[in-house]
Amino acid sequence: MPLTLERRMEPSRTANLLVPILSIVLALAAGGVLLWLAGVNPIETYRAMLHGAFGSAYAISETLVRATPLMLTGLAVSVAFRMLFWNIGAEGQLAMGAFAASGVALFLPKLMPGISAWLLLPLMLVGGFLGGALWALIPAMLKAFLSVNEIITTLMLNYVAILWIQYLYYGPWKDPLGFGFPGTAPFVDAAWLPRLKDTAWLPQLFNTGRLHWGLALAIVAAIVVWLILDRTRWGYEIKIIGENSRAARYAGISIVRNILLVMILSGGLAGLAGFVQVAGISHRLQQGIAVGDGYTAIIIAWLARLNPFGVLVVALLMAALFVGGDQIQISMGLPAAVAGVLQGAILFCVLGGNFFTLYRVRWTSRRAVAQTEVTG
Amino acid sequence: MTSPPLAVEMRGITKVFPGVIANENVDLEVRAGEIHALLGENGAGKSTLMNILAGLYRQDAGEIRLHGQLAQLHSPSDAIRLGVGMVHQHFKLVDSQTVAENVILGLKRPAFRLDMKRTAREIEELGARYKLAVDPGAYIWQLGVGEQQRVEILKTLYRNADILILDEPTAVLTPQESEELGQTLRRMIQEPATRGHAGNKAVIFITHKLDEVVRFSDRVTVLRGGKVEATIDTAGSSKADLARLMVGRTVVFQVEKPPFQPHVTPEQRQEVLFAVKDLHALNDKGLPALNGVSLEVHAGEILGIAGVAGNGQRELAQSITGLRKVNKGQVLVRCGGIQGKLKEVTNHTPHQIIDDGLSYVPANRLGTGLAGNLPISANLILKDYRKEPLSHGPFLDRTSIGRFAERLIGAFQITTPSAERPVRLLSGGNLQKVILAREITAGKAMLVAVNPTRGLDVGATESVQRTLLEQRAQGAGVLLVSEDLDELLAICDRIAVMYEGRVMGVMPAQDANRDELGLMMAGEHIQPEA
Repeated sequence: MPLTLERRMEPSRTANLLVPILSIVLALAAGGVLLWLAGVNPIETYRAMLHGAFGSAYAISETLVRATPLMLTGLAVSVAFRMLFWNIGAEGQLAMGAFAASGVALFLPKLMPGISAWLLLPLMLVGGFLGGALWALIPAMLKAFLSVNEIITTLMLNYVAILWIQYLYYGPWKDPLGFGFPGTAPFVDAAWLPRLKDTAWLPQLFNTGRLHWGLALAIVAAIVVWLILDRTRWGYEIKIIGENSRAARYAGISIVRNILLVMILSGGLAGLAGFVQVAGISHRLQQGIAVGDGYTAIIIAWLARLNPFGVLVVALLMAALFVGGDQIQISMGLPAAVAGVLQGAILFCVLGGNFFTLYRVRWTSRRAVAQTEVTG
Repeated sequence: MTSPPLAVEMRGITKVFPGVIANENVDLEVRAGEIHALLGENGAGKSTLMNILAGLYRQDAGEIRLHGQLAQLHSPSDAIRLGVGMVHQHFKLVDSQTVAENVILGLKRPAFRLDMKRTAREIEELGARYKLAVDPGAYIWQLGVGEQQRVEILKTLYRNADILILDEPTAVLTPQESEELGQTLRRMIQEPATRGHAGNKAVIFITHKLDEVVRFSDRVTVLRGGKVEATIDTAGSSKADLARLMVGRTVVFQVEKPPFQPHVTPEQRQEVLFAVKDLHALNDKGLPALNGVSLEVHAGEILGIAGVAGNGQRELAQSITGLRKVNKGQVLVRCGGIQGKLKEVTNHTPHQIIDDGLSYVPANRLGTGLAGNLPISANLILKDYRKEPLSHGPFLDRTSIGRFAERLIGAFQITTPSAERPVRLLSGGNLQKVILAREITAGKAMLVAVNPTRGLDVGATESVQRTLLEQRAQGAGVLLVSEDLDELLAICDRIAVMYEGRVMGVMPAQDANRDELGLMMAGEHIQPEA
């Protein structure tokens, strides 16, 4: 066989950069074939998607709005994955963050009428963080103290959390003036995250669209996560546990303590995603808060190789796929599932391409084989 | 009688890995009915050559004949089909399955219904024939390393191997177990080969221990730097000859142990640095592993622990370092080093015991001692990262870490192009240097080391032993668990023998001899410990 595979001594740097890019190109090509089979012009479709995601200031704003919760959940998941704690529960933690932030927004103004946004929004933010963090603490404690498999518990608790917020906005928290529409009453104005177009001192790049300050929160969160992982003792401990938990124990690192702390951070970040959705977009707790961002986050974290800044970039690309996918649904009458197909193709190609960063393919020269025969 | 037929003929074997020529034009002939040793330092290309014979690698050039037939070995199953069986240095067994299940793993036969009773009976018969007693129903995790190795050998015999390859089989065995293994191999080469081949079965074993070559083998092929140095009859060659062939220079066999410690006063010499009193602990299976162990390690002393693997040595080291729960008894450590106070640290966390200044070189370098994918620098700070100047409060100081790593790499002569390379890419000797550098720097003159030279070549072993002796000269107390009696006799001041979780006796190293130690390791009381 002239083709042989060899494990690389170290993952190659060029391959590390080239493989994700080539994977996306390959995925677009494969998706193009599918689109062509479906009877549409792939180039035109891609152009329409690109235009839908980045073609105008409004489109860019929509893409960034879509990217914000994906960035936060992506960070949440990647922090936990660094320690090999498989947090599949970002979806539920997001829902509980939205619940807690909404609770603060709905009930605090009743206790303190005329409360300023400078007090209310930070309290909602803290509420959102704590909502996600405490929800994540349940599987964390089960894992730390009873060794219960966290994949199962985090996944199952998603359903509990989603049904809990549904119960609230269909039941006790339902807006009596909402014409039967499932959702709470709208928040007071002080509980609305300001939009960038309403922020007077910003250059008028964003004079349109729904883009809000949640994006800045996500970027700050990425910087904080990077600082923690790269520059602190805690981050060092997380990496050691992720690489070799026995070595961690041998070095006197408490695994129980780190599971609890990391899940507080991870759940908290996912909770913040819930906070930005209710405070920045819906301005109430309603249907459409938990739309699978907690699961997309897993793909994002993986594609970004758990790098916090990588998460920002990949989340933006994913958001572009979603927004662009919605656009072709409207402009070309294609099913929105096209975006899902492309996502799947990209993930498939990137994970498959990962193989080539670890192995190299070598052509065994015919000469060596010939030589064998001669020597024999 | 003419010379017996050849079981293995490898001609002109060349294997190139990126950046290294592992084998260069290697010729190897193994006769049917012989034990053939493959001798060489770490990295000489022994394992590569045997992995080619076992079908795991494919040679870039050269050909292989088995029993005179040209063999194309594309995969391990090709090799197994042609009667080549290999026992790897790291066993390929499934921990959670039984001996019998492991033995039949991967076999095509039986096609449908598993008759485990029959398999168990066959394994027992095979075991009886070769004196390789194991319980077919036992789970692998319940077995000691010696027993696991027997399972690996049984696995090859069950597949009717005519050519058995063992990769450093004695690295994990005690002298007695090694002796038994030697006898098993002797019995094997008296059995006729199957598959209608002429002659008897053949055994090839990889080693870098000269002793074993002389004791076990009929002929020996010496590899150096990927090339064959010589193939000679073992009878009539001396250890010194073999060593010269292996390393290409005359080596001194033992590191010099200085008889006294210039920096350590006789008063300090009396001082107990750390001790255990009547220690009781369980093993991983919840069975008693330590049944009342009492030992004292003094300043400027290396206390050796001899014993057959699995008699509580590992558990002793773990109990002292806080990694295993102590059920009864005491662990005492002189906090703050030689001038400090002896205090009880029983069941303290590993973190507290590290802070008290007790260092630990664990048996499993990459498994316990290091995080393989992280850089060398990150591994060097594993015990010190909490301290100034490596960190300030919650933040790491990357400049100080870089300087610290460079200093240790220099001081301990760790061979690496950069401190940021993943540690797993280092050779075994350099891995151990990373651990020793870290532990000695972090500790306060108290060190527990478990098999620190296992699997290292002559040069690396010497450097590790020298480091331990340097520590001793500076007044450190070292507890050295080792399965290499020669090592214990060479560098220890006193030797304690453990058997079934008890100390059978402690004797000064200069009064100890192999035979007495061997008897105590087998459970005989020679000199009861007061």
